[in-house]
Amino acid sequence: MTWVFARIGRAILTLLLLIAFTFFTLAISGDPAVAKFGEDIDMATLEAFRAKWGLNYPLWKQFLIYLNGIVHLDFGVSFRTGEPAWGLVVSRLPATLSLMLPTMVFSILIGVPLGVFAAMNRGKWADRFTIVLAVVALAIPSFLLGLLLMFVFSVWLAWLPPSGIVGWQSYIMPSATLAIATAAIYARFTRSAMVEVLSHPMIETAQASGLSRRVILCMHGLPNVLLPLITISALEFGNILTFAIVVESVFSWPGVGRLLITGIANRDYAVVQAILLLTGTTVIVANLLADIAYGYVDPRIADARLKGRRHNAVLDKT
Amino acid sequence: MKTLRHLPWLILLSLAVVATLLICAIFANFLAPHDITQVDLRNRFQSPIFLGGAWGNPLGTDSLGRDILSLLLRGIQVSMTIAALGTIGGAVLGVTLGFVGAWVGGWVDNLIGVLIDFQSTIPNLILALALIAAFPEVNFGVFVLIMVIYGWEQYARLARAIALSAKSQPYVQAQIVFGASPLRIITRSILPNAAAVLLVNMSINFPRTILVESTLSFLGIGIQPPDTSLGVLIGQGRDQLYNAPWVALMPGFVILIATISISLLGDWARDLVDKD
Repeated sequence: MTWVFARIGRAILTLLLLIAFTFFTLAISGDPAVAKFGEDIDMATLEAFRAKWGLNYPLWKQFLIYLNGIVHLDFGVSFRTGEPAWGLVVSRLPATLSLMLPTMVFSILIGVPLGVFAAMNRGKWADRFTIVLAVVALAIPSFLLGLLLMFVFSVWLAWLPPSGIVGWQSYIMPSATLAIATAAIYARFTRSAMVEVLSHPMIETAQASGLSRRVILCMHGLPNVLLPLITISALEFGNILTFAIVVESVFSWPGVGRLLITGIANRDYAVVQAILLLTGTTVIVANLLADIAYGYVDPRIADARLKGRRHNAVLDKT
Repeated sequence: MKTLRHLPWLILLSLAVVATLLICAIFANFLAPHDITQVDLRNRFQSPIFLGGAWGNPLGTDSLGRDILSLLLRGIQVSMTIAALGTIGGAVLGVTLGFVGAWVGGWVDNLIGVLIDFQSTIPNLILALALIAAFPEVNFGVFVLIMVIYGWEQYARLARAIALSAKSQPYVQAQIVFGASPLRIITRSILPNAAAVLLVNMSINFPRTILVESTLSFLGIGIQPPDTSLGVLIGQGRDQLYNAPWVALMPGFVILIATISISLLGDWARDLVDKD
C-alpha cells in the first residue's frame, strides 16, 4: 500500500514542477503589464495593473496566487481574443478528442495483431519485415506523413478534402496519419512482450502436452500480453497527444493542438499555459493510473514493460 | 573490408546515405550552385529536370524563384548541425548529471532523480514548446539549447546506473583507496566502459532530434526565415502543394531517407551492443 502513496506523491511533485516550470517561463518571458498595455502607457496605469494582479508581490507570493488561479481554472485572458483562456481551450476540446478516439482504436486494431504475428514468426522474414516497417513508420515525421497523404489523396487523386472539418471524410487523413505512427509503437511493444511470454517455460509445457498453436496463443500467450498492453495505452497517451498537436496543424484541424501552435507563434501566454498544463496533467494522471493498475494486477511482468519502454524505472523499486 | 561484406545490405545502404548527407552538410557552401537568398520572381516555380526543367536549377525553384538544390543543401547543413549539437550537448549534460548524481549521492542524487522523472513524464515536444513560448525570439542558440534539453534524461539515467554499479566494483574501489580523484576515475575507468551504450543511445537520439527540429521548424516556430532548414522548406512548400508539389516533396524525401537510415543504423547498433 505504501508504494501507492509514494507513487501519488511523486505524481504530485511532478505536477508541481510542471506548474513551477510554466510559472517561471512566464516570469522570464516579460512583464505581463507591458504585454497587455504596450510600451507607451503611463506609470500609474501600470502600477495599478500590477497591484490588481499582485505583480508587485515577491515571487513566492505570486506563485501562490498563480497556484490559486490554476486550482480555480483561471488561467487569465487570451490577449488576442479577450476571452478567458480556459473557455477557449474547452471549446476546442471536442475536435481534438474526436480525432484521438478513433486513432486509439485503429492503432490498437492494427498494431497489436501485427506485433503478435511478428513474435509468432520470430526471426523469419515476416518478423524482420514488421520490425523494419515499424522503424520506418516511427522515423517518418508525422507532419511529413500527413503532407504525403494530403498530396496523394487530395492533390493527386482528389478524393479527400485537404484540411479543416467539412464532413466525415475529413477525419480519414488526420486519424490515419496519427494511427500509423501509434500503431508502430503498439506493434513494437506487443512484439517484445509476446517474445518474452513465448520464451517462458510454461509455453514449452503447453507445447509438450500437445496443445495446438492456436490454443497456446489464445489461452497462454495473449492474456499475459494484454495486461501490459492496457497500461502501455495509458503511458503512450502523451506520445499520441504530441503527434496530435502536429497533425492538427498540418490539416488545419480546429483543435487544441492548433490553438497551442498559433498561441506560441503569437506569444499568447495565457492560452499556451492553459494547454500545456492541461496536457501535462493528463499525461501525469494517465501515467499514475497505469502504474497503480499495473502494480495491483500483476507485479511480476514489470520486467517486460521495462524492456518495452525506457521510462518509468519506478516499478522495479517498489 | 571483410567486416563490410558481412553487413546486411540495408545497413550498407543506410551507411551510404548517412555518408552522402554528411558530405552535403560539410561542403554545402561549395556544392550549392546559387545563393539561397537570391530571389528571382521571374523565375518562380521552375520544375526540376526530371519533370522537364532546365539545368540552370537542377531541382527547380520555389515561390520566390530561389534554387531548390541550394536551399536543400543549406537545409541539410542546418538540420544536421542542430541535430549534432543537440545530441552531443544532451549527451554531455545528461552524462555529467548522471555521474554527479551517482557519485555524490544524497539530496543531489534525489534532485537529479526528480528532474529525470519530470523530463521523462512530460512529453518532450510539450517541454520544447513551453521553452519556445518563453523566449521572445527563437534564434539559433536558443534552438540548440532546446534540442540539448530534449533527451538528456536518457543519458543521465544510463550514466547513473553504470556509475552506481561500477562504484561497487573492485577496480574502482581500489582506485578510491589509492586516492584517485573522482574525475580521474570517471573519465579514465568508467566512461570508456559506458561509451558503447552511450554512443548507441546517441545514434538513436540523433534522428529523433532531427524530427523534433524539423517539426518545430515546419510549424513555423523553429528556425526562422531567411535562414532555412529541412522543416522550414517543407513548411514553405506546403502552400504550393497543388501547383508545385516538388517544393515540399523534395525536402520531405531528404528527411525521410535521412531519419530512416539513421534509425536503422541506431537499431542495428543497439542489437550489436545488447544481444537480447
